[in-house]
Amino acid sequence: MPIKIKRAAAGRGIIDQVKALSGIDISACLQCRKCTNGCPVAGYTTSSPSEIIKKLQLGAGEELLDSEIIWVCASCATCFSRCPMEINMAEVMDALRVMAEARGAAKPQGNMPLMNKLLLGTIKTFGRTYDLGAMALYKAGTASYAKDLDKLPMILKKGKIALLPPHGADKKMVKRIFNNLEKTRKKSK
Amino acid sequence: MKYAYFPGCSAESTARDLYLSTVAVARALGLEFAEPEAWSCCGTTMAHQVDHDLSLSLAAANLLKVKDMGLDMVVSCASCYSRMKIANHEISTNPKKREIVSAALGRDYDGAVKVRHFVEIVIEDIGLDVFKKALTHSLGGLKVAPYYGCLMVRPPEVAGFDDPENPVYMDRLINAMGGVGLDWPHKVECCGGSLTLTRSDLVVKLSESIIVMAKDSGAQCIAVACPMCQINLDMRQDDILKTTGHRYNMPIIYITQLMGLCLGMPENALGLNKLIISPKAALNFIRS
Repeated sequence: MPIKIKRAAAGRGIIDQVKALSGIDISACLQCRKCTNGCPVAGYTTSSPSEIIKKLQLGAGEELLDSEIIWVCASCATCFSRCPMEINMAEVMDALRVMAEARGAAKPQGNMPLMNKLLLGTIKTFGRTYDLGAMALYKAGTASYAKDLDKLPMILKKGKIALLPPHGADKKMVKRIFNNLEKTRKKSK
Repeated sequence: MKYAYFPGCSAESTARDLYLSTVAVARALGLEFAEPEAWSCCGTTMAHQVDHDLSLSLAAANLLKVKDMGLDMVVSCASCYSRMKIANHEISTNPKKREIVSAALGRDYDGAVKVRHFVEIVIEDIGLDVFKKALTHSLGGLKVAPYYGCLMVRPPEVAGFDDPENPVYMDRLINAMGGVGLDWPHKVECCGGSLTLTRSDLVVKLSESIIVMAKDSGAQCIAVACPMCQINLDMRQDDILKTTGHRYNMPIIYITQLMGLCLGMPENALGLNKLIISPKAALNFIRS
C-alpha cells in the first residue's frame, strides 16, 4: 500500500522534535515491519508502527499527531523487543502522545489523555493511585456512566477494588517531585 | 533471606489477591519481607505516557527508600516491576536523566538498587529443589497455560530474567507443583493492559484471542503474574459473552495463588474468593 504524507511547511516535519523528546533516532529503520506484524493493536486501527516511522522519515508534519494508533498503542513494547535495529518504538509513541497533547490534537475515541490526567491527579493528591475515584471522574468527563456500571456491585462485593482513597504514602516526596519538575520546565521555557 | 517488598497501589485495590498470596507464600518459604516506609506510586502507564521525567522520578523515589534499607527490591506487580527496572536503566546509563531525577527528588540516586520479580527470586534464590520440598499439595496434573503478558519480559534490555519470546519461569513452577505447564503460542501476547476502561472493546478482542488460544491448547486455567492481565482476562469474559455469545469459564489464577494452595494454605487466605470466574473446577485437581 502506498504511503501518502503531506510534507510539512518546515520541510523536515516533526521528526526532529520526536528525536529531541524521546532521545530515539529512527533513521536506522529498515521497514522490515517486524514491529507491525507483532503489534497487537495494528489490526484494529488505521495505522501501524512501521508506517508511523516511514511517515516521520518522509517529513510528515503535525497532522501525524491525529493518528489514532498513538492512543490505541498499549505500550506492550513488542515492537521494540523485535526490532533488529533496536529502535524503541514504545518510547517514540510516548513522545508522540506528549506532542499530541501539547498541540491539542484530536481527542481519540476512549479519552486516554483524560484518563491519564485523572489518575495522575490521584497520585498527586494521595501519593498512590485511587482507581475508583479516577474512574468516577472519567465517567463523568466522558458521559459514559452506563459502561461497566453493571460490574461495580460485584467487584465491590468481592473486594476487587478499593472503595476508599489510599493512605500512608510519602505525599511530601510525591508533591516535591511534581513541583520540582514543574519548576525545571518553566525555567527551560 | 531478607528483601524490601514493594506492593504497589494495586495491592490495596484491584490486586489484593496477588498481594495476599505473594506475602503468604514468601512467609511459608522463609523469606523476610520489609515494606519501604510510606512507599508511593511507581507512576505506571499514565506517567510514562505523559512525562518521562515524572515517570522516572516517581519510581526512583521508592528505589531511593530501598537503597537506604540496603536490600534488593522485590516486586510482584508486573507494571511496577517494569517501571522500576526502566528507571534504573535510564538513570544508570544516562547522566542527564540522573541529574533531572536527582533534582526532582532533592537527593542523588544512581540507579543501582537491584530490582527482582517475585517469580525470579523463588527460582533463582530459593531454587526449585527447596521449593518442591516445601510443598504439601500437588496440582494433580492440572493443565495450566502460563501467561506472562508484556511487562515481566519486555523490553528485554531492561526486564531480562527470562526469555522475552518464550519465557519459562512460571512453566517451571507449575511443573514443580505437579501441574502441566502448557507450551502455547500466546504466552507473551498483550491483553490491552491499561486500555481496559478507555477502549474496552479492544481489550475484549485481545483477551478473547488469548483465552481461545489457551483453551485450544488444552488449558484448564490460565496462570498470571500481572494485575492488569488478571483483571482483563477475568472480568472481560462477561463482556466476551455479551458481545460474541462465547462462554469460556476460564479461571484466571495468580501463580502465587497456585503456589499457596500447594503449600497447604486455605483459599481465602490467598484471595481466591476475589476471582470473578470461579476457580473451583481447576482447584478440584489439587491433591495432598
